[in-house]
Amino acid sequence: MMTKHSDLLKSVCLAVLLSGAGPAFAQGTDAVTFGQAVEPQGLDPTVSSPVAAGQVTWQNVFEGLVTIDRDGQIVPQLATAWTISDDGLTYTFTLREGVTFQNDVAFDSSTAKFTIDRIIADESTNGQKANYTAITSVAAPDPGTLVLTLSDRNADLLYWLGYPAAVMVEPSSAQDNGTQPVGTGPFKVDEWRKGDRVIMSAWDGYWGDAPAVRTVTARFIADPQGQAAALQSGQIDIMGDLSAPELFDQFVDNDNFDTVAGAGEMEVVAGMNNAKPPFDDLRVRQALMMAIDRPSLVQAVSAGYGTPIGSHFSPASPFYEDMTALFPYDPEKAKELLSEAGYADGFTFDFKVPNRDYAQRAAEILQAFFSQIGVTANIESSDFPAAWIQDVFKDTNYDMTIIGHAEPLDIGIYARDPYYFNYDNPDFKAQMTTIAAATDETEREAGYRKAQEMLAQDMPALFLYSYPKLGVWKSGLQGVWENGPVPANDMTDIHWMQ
Amino acid sequence: MTQAFKRLRGLAGAVMVLAVTSLLIFVLIDAAPGDPAEIMLGTSAQADTLAALRTELGLDRPLMVRYLGWLAGVFTGDLGQSYTYGVPVAGLIGERMLVTLPLTLMATVLAVAVSLPLGVMAAARPGKAGDGLASLFSQVGIAVPNFWIGLLLILGFALNLTWFPVGGFPGWGDGFWAALWSLVLPAIALAIPQAAVLTRVTRAAVIEVTNEDFIRTARAKGLSRRRALWRHTVPNSLLPVVTMLGLQIPFLISGAVLVENVFSLPGIGTLAYQALSQRDLIVVQNVVLLFAVIVLAVNAGTDALYARLDPRLRARK
Repeated sequence: MMTKHSDLLKSVCLAVLLSGAGPAFAQGTDAVTFGQAVEPQGLDPTVSSPVAAGQVTWQNVFEGLVTIDRDGQIVPQLATAWTISDDGLTYTFTLREGVTFQNDVAFDSSTAKFTIDRIIADESTNGQKANYTAITSVAAPDPGTLVLTLSDRNADLLYWLGYPAAVMVEPSSAQDNGTQPVGTGPFKVDEWRKGDRVIMSAWDGYWGDAPAVRTVTARFIADPQGQAAALQSGQIDIMGDLSAPELFDQFVDNDNFDTVAGAGEMEVVAGMNNAKPPFDDLRVRQALMMAIDRPSLVQAVSAGYGTPIGSHFSPASPFYEDMTALFPYDPEKAKELLSEAGYADGFTFDFKVPNRDYAQRAAEILQAFFSQIGVTANIESSDFPAAWIQDVFKDTNYDMTIIGHAEPLDIGIYARDPYYFNYDNPDFKAQMTTIAAATDETEREAGYRKAQEMLAQDMPALFLYSYPKLGVWKSGLQGVWENGPVPANDMTDIHWMQ
Repeated sequence: MTQAFKRLRGLAGAVMVLAVTSLLIFVLIDAAPGDPAEIMLGTSAQADTLAALRTELGLDRPLMVRYLGWLAGVFTGDLGQSYTYGVPVAGLIGERMLVTLPLTLMATVLAVAVSLPLGVMAAARPGKAGDGLASLFSQVGIAVPNFWIGLLLILGFALNLTWFPVGGFPGWGDGFWAALWSLVLPAIALAIPQAAVLTRVTRAAVIEVTNEDFIRTARAKGLSRRRALWRHTVPNSLLPVVTMLGLQIPFLISGAVLVENVFSLPGIGTLAYQALSQRDLIVVQNVVLLFAVIVLAVNAGTDALYARLDPRLRARK
């Protein structure tokens, strides 16, 4: 009796062991699995908040008229060429021929018109609509030509047409793109196991070069320890953006992995309520900035990965200018500025900090730095995103907060009215208009550099550091984006070394 | 007749409790700060875009209209569409239950399988080595949070020994054993704190019954210590253990939220957590209601089990 039982037990254990030992992990020459922290709420980057959706489907499933490459440059995609009229108000695109959507509907100027009309429509639910509102009408004079007419010059429009929020969609399938995306890209979505993974496979009807891998799986792993464990055990091949910097070093020293601490687009800034004393006083803002030793902050908050910034651009941007020398760490000078402003004995304020690791850690370090110049910060944790968006972002019921701004080219937020900084600077607003009216790239770049300088001087927020894009992938894998000019997991150039 | 009436009254009571619970859930969740549309579209969305999305989601309707609409849906099995995923909530919850149900069941079975023998062993010889061991286990098990146990298990059994996957769930479709195997470590992590509590309760219950007169009588009539323990003491000590097991179910569910997160399992816990932080209110409402139903069902089940374990309770009815 006893032996019988244990035999049964043994065989069950063995069966379990055998089947558990060899799960089908994506590894080899034609399959790749990448991990990302946040699962998108829908797979359509033109509807959902585009970051997480774009990280799965942008370039893999969906393509745009133009695209943004790994160096942050605008390059042709479904439009092969374009001309911009001298007054900057008419954009004429020549569309690529022979492109079809994954449901075999042809891509032409009518589908492109549908896409753009859908973004700018009154009932549009595109979260990035603000970037396209200069477009007043869309015309499709012939199948291969698309004409956009603008109300005002907008030098950034081409960039935003390359952004995930403006990928080309097709009328009959657009409604269901959130769950069953249909794009023109090299991969199509086979299955979405919600809460776990999206499985994509190479699509044979793709207009361009076939990708080197046939199967791409996106795994969603929120827990940083889980991401590291999944890499080490081979469950995932790539983590383009490891969530916890302190877990990165173990991969740097490991020959089985390649690592790059690249530049991301996220700027971590301590926003202040510029309408509220004492933050309405420039001297106070500058004093607070000079109280902070940014390199030490980066060391303490993100294990030394990340770059101190002095204005609202990150090194990932082609227009980046290093402004950190303007207000360096100098507590004595900071105290002088404070007494000049009438706060010789310091002051006390509420520091509303979203419940994100980097923000909470940074807030504690800032609190210590501020205390050195006699300023007391009372840290109050705020549930992110829900409570924070309501309390800080919408109601601007705060003194100081801290948050990462992840969108590229978003320096214009300081010209927005209303916006949570309550920063009202007519000169800066005028500068944004100047940039929009730029007639060429040199002018546009000069405009953005000037804007960075203005903010660095006026300090509507304390500019802290740019968040690193910590990429880890199996050695032998090539083609992973090192920097993140756009949050993406572009798998189209990924291949395994033979 | 009276029996049927009592059952009916119990059922009506449960429905009343659920109705009140559902209203509370709905009002409280609605009052929580955070606008689903704003969270979905991100901070660059314009006011008119937000308004368009609110209309699309039906969030522009009055609170009571939305509540009654939801309630009517629940009775017809239509739990609504997830704001964020854009798919029916019923399907979403169904998929996730296929992970959480086996996980919590496995954890409960494990917890009972460990704690009953351990508790009885401890009570049989109080103050001896076995008792010390059980007490150590229950102290550590109660003190250490389950997600940390989970991390240790991953480190030891998944990364170093590579016996188990480090996390994730392959899905039942890709082979039953592989799927079950991926639930073993999370189930252990979930079971240990439960087992710790149950061990304590079992020990106390067994010791209490051991001091009862009828056990002394049984021993006086010549029953061996061992037979008295298993035939009379243990069966009569089960009542508080079952009570505690029933009370533990809500903790098991809340524990699942953390453990599923550590093991990145697509269960109901991760769904609830994600939906709450994204303010996918319709999903949160339904999940919380489901938890309420589960707790009520477990209570009813525990009551029924009482009657089986203790004939006096049946007679009193």
